[in-house]
Amino acid sequence: MTAAPPVMTAAPPVRTPEAASAPRTPRRRRTLGQRWRIALRRHWQLYLLTILPLAYFVIFKYVPISNAVIAFKDYSPVLGVWGSPWVGWTNFEMMLQNPEFPNLIRNTLLLSGYAVLASFPVPIILALALNEVRHRWFQKTVQMVTYAPYFISTVVVVSMLILMMAPRLGVISQVFGFFGVPAPDFLGDPDYFRHIYVWSDVWQTAGYSAVIYMAALSGIDPSLYEAARVDGASRLRKIWHVDIPGIMPTAMIVLILSVGNIMTIGFEKVYLLQNPLNLGQSEIIATYVYKLGILNADFGTATAVGLFNSVVNVALLLAVNWVARRLTGSGLW
Amino acid sequence: MVAVDRPAERGRVRLTTARRKPRRIRESPSDRALLIVIYLGLTLGVLVVVLPLLFILASSFSSPHAVTAGEVFLWPVDFTLKGYQTVLSDPQVLLGYANSLFYMIAGTLISTTLTVCIAWPLSRRTFMGRNVIMSALLFTMLFSGGLIPTYMVVQHLGLLDTRWALLLPQAVAVWQVIIARTFFRSAIPEELVEAASLDGAGDLRFLWTVVLPLSKPLIAVIALMYAIGQWNGYFDALLYLKSSDLFPLQLVLRNILVLNATNGGTNDLAAQAQNQELVNLLKYALIVITSVPVLIIYPFVARYFNKGVLIGSVKG
Repeated sequence: MTAAPPVMTAAPPVRTPEAASAPRTPRRRRTLGQRWRIALRRHWQLYLLTILPLAYFVIFKYVPISNAVIAFKDYSPVLGVWGSPWVGWTNFEMMLQNPEFPNLIRNTLLLSGYAVLASFPVPIILALALNEVRHRWFQKTVQMVTYAPYFISTVVVVSMLILMMAPRLGVISQVFGFFGVPAPDFLGDPDYFRHIYVWSDVWQTAGYSAVIYMAALSGIDPSLYEAARVDGASRLRKIWHVDIPGIMPTAMIVLILSVGNIMTIGFEKVYLLQNPLNLGQSEIIATYVYKLGILNADFGTATAVGLFNSVVNVALLLAVNWVARRLTGSGLW
Repeated sequence: MVAVDRPAERGRVRLTTARRKPRRIRESPSDRALLIVIYLGLTLGVLVVVLPLLFILASSFSSPHAVTAGEVFLWPVDFTLKGYQTVLSDPQVLLGYANSLFYMIAGTLISTTLTVCIAWPLSRRTFMGRNVIMSALLFTMLFSGGLIPTYMVVQHLGLLDTRWALLLPQAVAVWQVIIARTFFRSAIPEELVEAASLDGAGDLRFLWTVVLPLSKPLIAVIALMYAIGQWNGYFDALLYLKSSDLFPLQLVLRNILVLNATNGGTNDLAAQAQNQELVNLLKYALIVITSVPVLIIYPFVARYFNKGVLIGSVKG
């Protein structure tokens, strides 16, 4: 092999000197270094392929993680990330002393907790119902239609909400007017913000999420259905004793993932739905970080808030996964 | 009491219709009632999804006055194309459209290429270090530096307010890598790879001449998901772009629709009334125009979804 790549020289040192020319006896265990050399020689083209994507992950994912140290620094753009002076926990203390902070946490948790609770059962019910339908055309139509909103952009969904819920002129106020009831100010009243956010989310994602459960349902062993039929199970009993246990592992994974994302709840939509009137309930950590960091250019504190958010998020994910393993025996890992 | 055992093998999802029931067993009344409830419920669900969309569509074809007066429900009133004419003669909208098309095509090319480049080696069992790389990728799903540190990287690279800022920072989605890796694993048997290498085909050549042609459905799904993501995104543009001639359509839409609706809603001067009505109509037309490309793409994605390309990955 003359085409050996320059990477070869970077291979770890080989312990035994004769290893390079050692006969390939399958019984002998090769050292790690030897195996690396063989892999690099055989697959140097594969390693070449990964260079660009790996560079992407280093630059846009891992460098930001290392940049997050400015949460512990008094960041100045002139001195740079590593040149700025350390200040310990000052940024975090500032964060905790901010009178708005408890409200931010509360808003974030309430909004995403509500979103998780509301968007967990709906796709399951949809999938279970679709599974009972025996007219193929009906099943396909329902699936196609309920799936479609997933592909509509957040901006469009929020625009639709704003147009339809506009005071006086929106179609929803008209419907209220038709029944002689004055329409509430959906967009201005902070109490409606969470409901609007969560249920428009369900509207948008239920069909998409149901696909996963449909797949799980089609993976259930047919002999279970036969056994249920022989036992004279009704439809409802079949759903309860065969379908639901069958999709339980999938449901657990989906639930864990959504709880794991509870602190990273969609910034995009919250920011679009925000207006000065509903800020009391619609200001969440993500939007606050954006305003503090980008609009006010306070990088240090904003990074501290973001880092706090990430850490809480990971802790939540680990906790939920642990609980799920204990309770149902299936978790992410 | 049916004791349920999960099928032991974690093989691929069975898509056959094994649930077909013999006709001769008669349905009990309660089963029949349940079925009726299910059909009614699903019909209601379809209506809930479709009605808002129909309302927007009907409004966009109605006269400005009818829209503002709230006379439109599900069918256009005083059919007119005025809204579309106005939207399509707006330079900002047209520029946004062109920009979005560019971001979509360029972004999809970059993202799909990078995803295949990392997913193919990761799917190979003889590729040493794949577990380390995979863990490193998965870690970024779990933990990120956050908004500001990422912004600093983009700033440092001099990408702020350039088109690259929308193409690079979100180029590879780990989720897509997982999907592609799972697909490669199940669709390209290791024996095929060995046979090719005995015949003297290098890894790159094998990828190009064997793997890619065999993976068309996968590449279609990945490309379409990236394309839709690019088309629908607005946040990166909001974050990184300042010059309005670089704005994608979604940001233009947001500036016209969301900002106007919350700030200038009380502007009711008589002289502006006519204009205000047209602006109102324009919003509906703009929504339709923005969503059309995605809704054209959508049936293709759905077809592949049903083929189970994505489904298989859920279990992996």
